[in-house]
Amino acid sequence: MSLLIYAESADGKFKKVAFELASYAKKVAESLGTTVTAVTVNASDVSELSNYGVNKVLKVTNSKLDNFNAKAYADVVKQAAQKEGAKVIVLSSTTDSLYLAPLVAVGLEAGFASNVVELPVSTSPFQVKRTAFSNKAFNITEISTDVKVISIGKNSFGLVESSSSLTEEDFTPTLNDADFNVKVESVEKSTGKVTIADADVVVSGGRGLKGPENWGILEELASVLGAATACSKPVSDLGWRPHSEHVGQTGKPVATNLYIAVGISGAIQHIAGINSSKVKVVINSDAEAPFFKVADYGIVGDAFDILPKLTQKLKEFKASNS
Amino acid sequence: MKILVCISHVPDTTSKINFVNGDSEFDNNGVQYVINPNDEFGLTRAIWFQEQQGANVTVVNVGGADTEPTLRKALAIGANEAIRVNAAATDGFFVAKQLAEVVKSGNYDLVICGKESLDYNGGMVPGMLAGLLNYNFVNSCTDLKVDGTSAKASREIDGGKEVIAASLPLVIGGQKGLVEEKDLRIPNMRGIMTARTKALTVLEPVSASVETKAVKFEKPAPKSAVKLFSADDLDGLVNALHNEAKVI
Repeated sequence: MSLLIYAESADGKFKKVAFELASYAKKVAESLGTTVTAVTVNASDVSELSNYGVNKVLKVTNSKLDNFNAKAYADVVKQAAQKEGAKVIVLSSTTDSLYLAPLVAVGLEAGFASNVVELPVSTSPFQVKRTAFSNKAFNITEISTDVKVISIGKNSFGLVESSSSLTEEDFTPTLNDADFNVKVESVEKSTGKVTIADADVVVSGGRGLKGPENWGILEELASVLGAATACSKPVSDLGWRPHSEHVGQTGKPVATNLYIAVGISGAIQHIAGINSSKVKVVINSDAEAPFFKVADYGIVGDAFDILPKLTQKLKEFKASNS
Repeated sequence: MKILVCISHVPDTTSKINFVNGDSEFDNNGVQYVINPNDEFGLTRAIWFQEQQGANVTVVNVGGADTEPTLRKALAIGANEAIRVNAAATDGFFVAKQLAEVVKSGNYDLVICGKESLDYNGGMVPGMLAGLLNYNFVNSCTDLKVDGTSAKASREIDGGKEVIAASLPLVIGGQKGLVEEKDLRIPNMRGIMTARTKALTVLEPVSASVETKAVKFEKPAPKSAVKLFSADDLDGLVNALHNEAKVI
């Protein structure tokens, strides 16, 4: 009975979350006295997983799986779990993994807990701590089924290196035609831009920036930090920025290391979406803006004056620290 | 086309979140309940199908009698009928199992759920429901069109979107984009009056195994006050981000 992770890759290369999952699973495996197996789909070189404590890789290579397909991928993970006799399956919180997780859980008659933020509180009974109520509370959930599926919240654990000897095995799960009834016709992906999902830093703008023509100063700040840009709901409703950049309760959730809010007052719905970010900085001309109550660092002042200067300071900082 | 819209009855975002009985239960006291926002986008899209394509829309909720005002609101917005499965929504699997029974007995072509509820944020009911029914499934759905028995949907992915084709019957986990915020409807007086006479059927639950249980709740540790820097002290901010917060 090992622990199974689904190590996600894109274009053959592992995503950072794959290593975060491995780090997490390694710790859980230690407390259960077992080892970690990873299942991969069309990943070219899997050896990197040995830096994070994975002992065995089940490599699936199949051109039908080039596009993500939740049902087919869930079948892959399910069959890998059955082959390994895995009792705990650890998944990430990417859009794709959250899509397949409930299908895996139903397929294995396993209980499922999402948004897990720490190592299990206890392994017998199996209890995990997860966020609930839009990050306004935590809830300890007990999973009582024999097989358990958990998904780990973004950036909640981090990377822990631990080298291991790795065996690779080709794995050919049985896929049915019915797995491919949901067909991807086209994919639109912004290239060369840091996405909100992958970013360690997000720089976000609100109505305080007064108009879409002023986004340049925000983008420059984002570029020096290697950050993704985002916006508040009013900004996307006004059409200043695309909906894909809207973060908040009904937009994209953000759980990043650093979130910088510029000209965003901090409506409760906005905060609900970004509150699991580790460090929050607010720049706003209104000292009474509610965002100051939830932020770690703040500057009261004019964004048009501050942003270019801050960008310059950060450039100097990066230059002297690289 | 018969559409089933699954709705959760959740505390309004502005509600104070507190717990009682040794932090084992949510404190309902003074809490205002609403239709879960992700479900409301789906409901509004369903009403669009009703008005434009003659679809019949049923709303369903798994919950006690106290959740009926939420179903009545959905009827006032325009749903044709409502079903309440008379049981506390104990966990995602339990709810999915109840909904699967409702779908099977009602022969729905399209099942619209919100991708996650704003109370437990489990995000599992739509997928589990699709898995139990073995129906096609699109999660994080931001656009949906139906022509006969074929559907075209957009799915939000990390960094972009996908266009997906699937045939009915179909389960979707919906979100903003299905309709926009400005398209959401506030029930008018006529809607509220007719909602009173629309059918609200109460069904008893089927048995389902207990898979997960929320045993305890915790509130985040109180946050320390914001550290302010003056607009002339940007070095102070950069320094704090580097040495104290260690994020740059």
